[in-house]
Order: sequence, then structure tokens, then C-alpha cells
Amino acid sequence: MVKINGTEYDIAGKTLAEYLETTSYDPKRIAVERNGEIVPKAEYGKTVLNDEDTVEVVSFVGGG
Amino acid sequence: MNNNDDKLIIGGHEFNSRFILGSGKYSLKLIESAVRDAGAEIITLAVRRANTKDNESILDYIPKGVTLLPNTSGARNAEEAVRIARLARELGCGDFVKIEIMRDSKYLLPDNYETIKATEILAKEGFVVMPYMYPDLNVARDLVNAGAAAVMPLASPIGSNKGLATKEFIQILIDEIDLPIIVDAGIGRPSQACEAMEMGAAAIMANTALATAGNLPLMASAFRQAIEAGRKAYLSGIGRVLVRGASASDPLTGFLHD
Repeated sequence: MVKINGTEYDIAGKTLAEYLETTSYDPKRIAVERNGEIVPKAEYGKTVLNDEDTVEVVSFVGGG
Repeated sequence: MNNNDDKLIIGGHEFNSRFILGSGKYSLKLIESAVRDAGAEIITLAVRRANTKDNESILDYIPKGVTLLPNTSGARNAEEAVRIARLARELGCGDFVKIEIMRDSKYLLPDNYETIKATEILAKEGFVVMPYMYPDLNVARDLVNAGAAAVMPLASPIGSNKGLATKEFIQILIDEIDLPIIVDAGIGRPSQACEAMEMGAAAIMANTALATAGNLPLMASAFRQAIEAGRKAYLSGIGRVLVRGASASDPLTGFLHD
């Protein structure tokens, strides 16, 4: 299982780009971290998600 | 001094406005008018897990040319703040970061020690680091040495609208620290913003004061005028206070009696 933003998904073996295509995220407006390391946008296509990976997908929101 | 020459300089970047606007706790639809009426050139943002359902981005509501200042809210220590700052930079909106590290959720007071550590790491990575801090001269000096581009002392607890509770200590920072002192958190009214500017603060950051006002754009405009008035008063040199007695403003000759 791959944990993304706190929820587990059965997508081990897929690439990050393949996962993102199944979501409504705008790739220009997000940043992704895998196991504590930032994944540059250019590497989404070659980043294969492994079992027990922890992924965070973040964006800007209003704040002070 | 010509007003056009009076720039706010943060990390080598020049700004004409001395009002840093927060974007939290109000409708995205109000951001454009808030920025316009505040005359703001810098706006703060937070970084959070992306929402899969609502793909509307706050970035689409912020006018072009406004500098984005992501904060590290949610960080409980230096390590988490560094992580959030790096993610913010990866979001592709520049190198500015406001460090905000809190261990306590009741008073939301900044952890000065962790803030110094995060400042040092992020300044070395090329960020323009603007640390939010509890006003303490020794800490401010450490932040300067750590590479901060400005120092952001709190006026009173975040979101309290209580004004300049730490006034004396902010004045010490203004007098002793050779970086812009930007009063952040707790400023609730334009008069309080004006007072801080008269003291020599370089800028004011406000969010809740606007978000909780009845008419947000109108309050943004009121803050803008108060900040400009306070800045002009500071630059003009404020008149002295008499310890005792009075001093007539009218001539002391030519009275209509002997």
C-alpha cells in the first residue's frame, strides 16, 4: 500500500505521474514529497511508487 | 525625503508598500480587492495537503506582480519548518519564506530557539528568510547572524486583534537591529498599525484584523492609510513631549489686555 496524504492506496508499481492522472490535481499547482524527499516535476513520470511509500501532495492555501 | 525614494528592502528586493497582507480566513474572491485596497505588494500563504475535490487555487486569485510569502505554519520544530519551506519553493513561487514555528496551540507563541535553527538552514539554502518571533533582543541578534532578511516580532497573540502588547520590546528591536522590523500578529486596528510605524517599524503584517472586519476592502484601505501616515510621521521626526506644564502655540505678545 502507498500512503498518500494520510490515505492508503493499492497502487504500488504505478508511477507518480500515473497516480496524478487519476486525480483532479493541477500539476502546476502542487508539490510532491516522497518519503521525506521532494520529487521534482520532471521526475513524476519515472518515479515508481513502492509498497509502504509515504507521499505528500501539497499546495498553497490562504494563510497569515 | 521624497516618498518615492522610501523603499522597503527585504533581502535585496525593493517594495514601495509597507503593508504585508495575509490571505487566511476570508473568501478567495475578496483577495484581489484586498490586495488592491491595501496597496500590498507582498501576500502570505500557507502550505497544506492538496485537496482532491476542490482544485481551485488561491494563486489564480492573487494579482500578478505580488510577491508571495509562504509561511511554515503547522511546523512544530526547525526540521518541519525547513521541510515546508522547501515544498513551498518547489511550488515555484520564489524564495521568500516566513518562518513560523509553534509548539503551543493555545497561545500560538513562536518557538524562538527552533526559529533560529530553521533560519540558519534556510538562509544557507538561498531563501529570503523572514522569521516570526517573540520580541527578544538576544534572539533578534541571533536571527541576524543566522542570515535573516527581516525580523518579525509579534505585537500580541496571533488573531487576537489586541494590538501592541509588546510595544517596549519591539522598540528595542527597532533601535538595535539593523534589519527591517516587521510587526506581525495581533495588530487589530489601523491606529495600532500607525503607532508601530511611528515607532520606526519597517512594515506591518495583518490578516485577522481584515478577515474579521465588517467590510474587508474598506479596512484594507484604512490600514494602508494608517501605515502610510505612521511612516511619514516617523520620517518627519516626531515632536517632543513636555514632561510638565504647557507650551503655547500662539504668540505670547499682542494680547488684548494690558
